[in-house]
Amino acid sequence: MSGIPHDHYEPKTGGERWLNNRLPVLGLLYDTLMIPTPKNLNWMWIWGIVLTFTLALQIVTGIVLVMHYTPHVDMAFASVEHIMRDVNGGFMLRYIHANGASLFFVAVYAHIFRSLYYGNYKSPREVTWIIGILMYLLMMGTAFMGYVLPWGQMSFHGTAVITGLFGAIPFVGESIQTWLLGASAVGQPALNRFFSLHYLMPFILAGLTIVHIWAFHSTGNNNPTGVEVRRTSKEEAKRDTLPFWPYFVMKDLFALAIVLMIFFAIVGFMPNYLGHPDNYIEANPLATPAHIVPEWYFLPFYAILRAFTADVWVVMFANWVTFGIVDAKFFGVLAMFGAIAVIALAPWLDTSSVRSGRYRPMFKWWFALLVVDFFVLMWVGAMPAEGIYPYISLIGAAYWFGYFLVVLPLLGVIEKPLPIPATIEDDFNAHYDPKTGGTHTAVKPAE
Amino acid sequence: MLRTVTLAAIAAMGLAGTAMAAETETHITDYDFPYEGPFGAFDQMQLQRGLQVYTEVCAACHGLQYVSYRTLHDEGGPGLPEDQVRAYAAQFETFDEELDDFRPATPADHFGKSAMPEAPDLSLMAKSRAGFSGPYGSGLNQLFKGMGGPEYIASLLTGYEEAPACAPEDFPGYYNVAFAAGGYPEECIDEEGHHVAPGSWIAMPPPLLGDDVVYEDGHEASVVEESKDVTAFLMWAAEPKMMARKQAGFTGVLFLGLLAVLLYFTNKRIWYRAKYGPRDE
Repeated sequence: MSGIPHDHYEPKTGGERWLNNRLPVLGLLYDTLMIPTPKNLNWMWIWGIVLTFTLALQIVTGIVLVMHYTPHVDMAFASVEHIMRDVNGGFMLRYIHANGASLFFVAVYAHIFRSLYYGNYKSPREVTWIIGILMYLLMMGTAFMGYVLPWGQMSFHGTAVITGLFGAIPFVGESIQTWLLGASAVGQPALNRFFSLHYLMPFILAGLTIVHIWAFHSTGNNNPTGVEVRRTSKEEAKRDTLPFWPYFVMKDLFALAIVLMIFFAIVGFMPNYLGHPDNYIEANPLATPAHIVPEWYFLPFYAILRAFTADVWVVMFANWVTFGIVDAKFFGVLAMFGAIAVIALAPWLDTSSVRSGRYRPMFKWWFALLVVDFFVLMWVGAMPAEGIYPYISLIGAAYWFGYFLVVLPLLGVIEKPLPIPATIEDDFNAHYDPKTGGTHTAVKPAE
Repeated sequence: MLRTVTLAAIAAMGLAGTAMAAETETHITDYDFPYEGPFGAFDQMQLQRGLQVYTEVCAACHGLQYVSYRTLHDEGGPGLPEDQVRAYAAQFETFDEELDDFRPATPADHFGKSAMPEAPDLSLMAKSRAGFSGPYGSGLNQLFKGMGGPEYIASLLTGYEEAPACAPEDFPGYYNVAFAAGGYPEECIDEEGHHVAPGSWIAMPPPLLGDDVVYEDGHEASVVEESKDVTAFLMWAAEPKMMARKQAGFTGVLFLGLLAVLLYFTNKRIWYRAKYGPRDE
């Protein structure tokens, strides 16, 4: 499967040969599990396993929760309380599932920013990247629909706000909104279809996970140096890589145990910390909460959505150019989706020939600023849209687009990269040299 | 130790009919409860006292519709003996759809809904009022001081004070320094739009005046003590499985920690040869 030369599966017993001649499933499993993996992967390469595990955790807890949940506007809230109070272990199932969404997003953001720093998105891994962004979008859709199901105040009014965004699309917006909700307002039809889709989408996500893994198994993993594995011979490839099993499986499992330890501490001791308290009030269409806030993982993009108000000159310009078709609300929606679209376009926006941020002295700082920007946007997204906060959102949103649309293309031209190590083996050996105790990173110039 | 903290709570306490966007300052006292922290546990006696306050005072208006009587017997809760639970439930009438008539409640039934339609149900109050997540929306008070719904409820019950002089005599409601989502007289807002006094005016008259109940265990029945007791009870009502949850969390952390240690050494051993083994340079 992989482009890296390695030993393929050889059936050892008669039974294995019999099965493998009819369905090469053992070969597929073997090649997947024994895939040659760059041996210098660092601890930021653990999030894929965390994500895969979390998807399984969410599906398993979710399936059991569905056994006790009632998707009806008059009964949904009470059925969740029934799960919390009467179902054996129900409170743990629900708290794991609700906080599992947060774990999912912590892991996916770490995974995405890891890839942005080490240039994982660059050729030849663009397809892996695009599939990854699609999975991220699906995750957001799934999380949003799942949040509707408890039918609390934030579920209800959050849905009204988010589906209202589609209503901002010129000409067809209202029809789309009605089509999404199954009615002109949030109610029983919306709850039913969101429930259905919330159950469906994780399985699409599972399918895409397989394609995502298939894609990067075809190109081989990137690694912290961004230097490709040598592929001229099996011998050379072996010096740059180690098989996934047992080296990376064990490493990832160790990391997963640490992550889950923190996760269980949150579930056990502060399970409602990341949620909004208003969602413990049953949905009431007549009482709108004064301050509707999405869950934390949507906040950066929510801030970008709200940043472009009617008094921003870009918005005024867009409004004038399009004869008023693009108003502030629609502009905000475009900006929010655009903020994700620019991430997807990173492979074509980044002009640098060096893959890893480790050898890009200027890029490092711009990237660090992007991470800070992400957290600032997250914070400001939770603040009311008044006072100084809209200005902070605007600056944050401007930098977000600036990073992808201006900084990435320009840096490739003006930046002078540091020398990169010739091989992965060099980098690994420099790090784990018994003589130096493994303290420094290889910067041996490429020959 | 009690610390009174002034919090800029966004008026999003979620009560119906208020359209106030201005920030209201409230006084929330960081009361100590025995169930706080990872190892804290409900005090059974306190929950029983709280049940008494709820039954004799709050239940006149407020319901507890998601809580069933039988859970009063549960471990980690008030822990009433079964016969007492049966006797407690039998004091109340419940509507039976099969009989199409009222009958005395049994332990399997739930507490009733609010007797007064405008009085909110208290089942989840301790969780749905945890929303003053300051400072600056960071949630740090909640994280580090454990301040949440219970502190809010206890502060509200003890937060009735004499109304500031600026307020008209006939302004509807009762002045409360912990309540953010109520009415506020225009006379008490200065030119810059700031409120001159914390809190707002709540519709609920002061429910506790001290010595509202006579505790069987001889516990002091001051307003503060009664408030703390009923708050602890409401925390249990909102999160009846808190003890089991903390135990599950503790077990989970402990075993995963053990697993992590084992995996750490396994991983180190597996990698040792690859990292420091003989090299064919």
